[in-house]
Amino acid sequence: MIKFGIGAIATLGPGIENWAQLQAMLNGEQPFDLAAPLPKLAPSLLPANERRRTTTLIKLALQCGADALAQRPEQLERCATVFASSGGDLEIVDRILSALQLEGKPVSPIHFHNSVHNAPAGYWSIAAASRAASTSLSAYDSSFGAGLLEAATQVLTEQQPVLLVAYDLPAPEALHRFRPLSAPFAVALLLQPAGSGSDQGMAELTLELADPASTPMPTAISDPALEALRSGNPAARALPLLALLAKQGHGKVALPYLDGALQIEIHTC
Amino acid sequence: MTRPLKISALTISSALGRGMAAQRDALQQQRSGLRRCDFDGVELETWIGRVDGLEDEALPDALATYDCRNNRLAHLGLAQDGFRCDVEAAVARYGATRIGVFLGTSTSGVQQTEQAYAQRSDSGALPDSFIYRTTQNTFSVADFTRHSLGLKGPAQVISTACSSSAKVFATAQRHMQAGLCDAAIVGGVDSLCQMTLYGFNSLQLVSSRRCRPADATRDGINIGEAAGFALLEWSDDAHDLRLLGYGESSDAYHMSTPHPEGDGALAAMQQALLRAGLSHSDIDYINLHGTATPANDRSEDRAVHRLFGADTPCSSTKGYTGHTLGAAGIVEIGFAALAIEHGFMPGSLNTETIDPELQAQVILQPRQAQLRTVMSNSFGFGGSNACLIIGRAS
Repeated sequence: MIKFGIGAIATLGPGIENWAQLQAMLNGEQPFDLAAPLPKLAPSLLPANERRRTTTLIKLALQCGADALAQRPEQLERCATVFASSGGDLEIVDRILSALQLEGKPVSPIHFHNSVHNAPAGYWSIAAASRAASTSLSAYDSSFGAGLLEAATQVLTEQQPVLLVAYDLPAPEALHRFRPLSAPFAVALLLQPAGSGSDQGMAELTLELADPASTPMPTAISDPALEALRSGNPAARALPLLALLAKQGHGKVALPYLDGALQIEIHTC
Repeated sequence: MTRPLKISALTISSALGRGMAAQRDALQQQRSGLRRCDFDGVELETWIGRVDGLEDEALPDALATYDCRNNRLAHLGLAQDGFRCDVEAAVARYGATRIGVFLGTSTSGVQQTEQAYAQRSDSGALPDSFIYRTTQNTFSVADFTRHSLGLKGPAQVISTACSSSAKVFATAQRHMQAGLCDAAIVGGVDSLCQMTLYGFNSLQLVSSRRCRPADATRDGINIGEAAGFALLEWSDDAHDLRLLGYGESSDAYHMSTPHPEGDGALAAMQQALLRAGLSHSDIDYINLHGTATPANDRSEDRAVHRLFGADTPCSSTKGYTGHTLGAAGIVEIGFAALAIEHGFMPGSLNTETIDPELQAQVILQPRQAQLRTVMSNSFGFGGSNACLIIGRAS
């Protein structure tokens, strides 16, 4: 069992500009529309010339991470980062693979360096002027859970805050049929050593792998539109955890992880 | 100091051949695995490190949906050096749910998607037979390996370009330290595809000749492919081959060019030494990242020289295998392990005249020496740096 605290939260999604809005939606105080557009992404962290070279996915990840650390700016240059995405930038893959079908195979050098799974992490480190360790990972539909484990194990072993950013975007048309995501979503959580956030009123959590012999059913969301977001985007598998955090209460959730589940218990301060 | 892990099984397959003995023979006999580019659909004047026989490698029927060049290479790699038997014995010791799988790759099975794009209909639709999840998706190779070995513990793919399969050692150690598993399969698999060949070419980072690490005339990389796997368990005996330390850092400089003074690389090496409780003078040999691009070798040399001066012998082995990208970390840990086990330092193959601008002690010829402690560097696009130290008490 791993104990840690959550020191900051940010979210972006269809009609979701910030965590306060998603909190209101999760608490049933504001409607959620799966078809609403993603808010305009303009991560102020990146200089304009760098921003022009980036993609929607990179901007989504960077803005979400920066929104979380707006509450903890002292961590920007300091905290380690974990970037979790199921498939990375399929828009860039589509552009490169389309270019490979043309005469002379004119792959764009900017597209190529943006195609690496750790492109958001690279831009983050430049924008935040951070030399801290950074991991970019995937575990298909379990990418949020794998990211949470990666970040939590780093908090535990290093006793330092770690920023987790999980994000996925629907694929361009050619690939969408084979990987149909329901909507874009990103979540950023600043994980910190247990006990260190008690003065700031943030949540304390325990995390463990569910017993494989009695794996609980993953927690669902009662609102059908939010449930469609949860089940249709790997990053949005975080929603049951976020719903509990939104209520600022105690409780347990089970998030799907590989062929089992992660059990998370929240003890909000 | 963190509790040490032992590397209790290890296998590498690369352009040098299948399994550890083939790697050792080539390194000791200074035989390169590079050949003129003959990769399907690629018309580039360059050399590649291709693994023979992948075109005919067949996956078991039960895993047929995973079929792609990258998972064929994984399958080929898992079959060498008795690795499957070692994993079976570990399953008997710990149970399948207590063994994690942490692998690195940069492009996963994207070559399968390249082939699907080549078969697009007039309306742009990919063929119905295309499968995404078990081929192109970044997690595919860990999913394949987990199913192929019958493992049920935690798993993820780390994809941080060319540092991927070095960083998996750090992730495995943290998962074990947190009690999430008792042992781990780590490693990496990356396979040739048009995306990387034409992508690196678009950045003018591909050499038309054999790559020449640290040479005054070096002008780029040769792309290779490889699969490597290691079994990690806790070690209570200093005579085990151990992971002594790891370091991870970011450059915060540029997406595809390393920091000119090697600041990020230096930070990773310092962190690995600190974690291992060692000083720079304890390192007997450094396997460099040494890609043979002008910028990489200069930057890494600055970092190594700032920390080690010219006292520590070092070399890149990219002249043997080419740059195996997301598999480079595990391949070069494999070479570091061979160097310790068999008492030799590989020479920098294809290097004729060392760039006079470089100051670290690059060795051109293989050297016989008893080695206790070896450092291996892996650096990737996005400024992702990893450094591992392995060793064995004499």
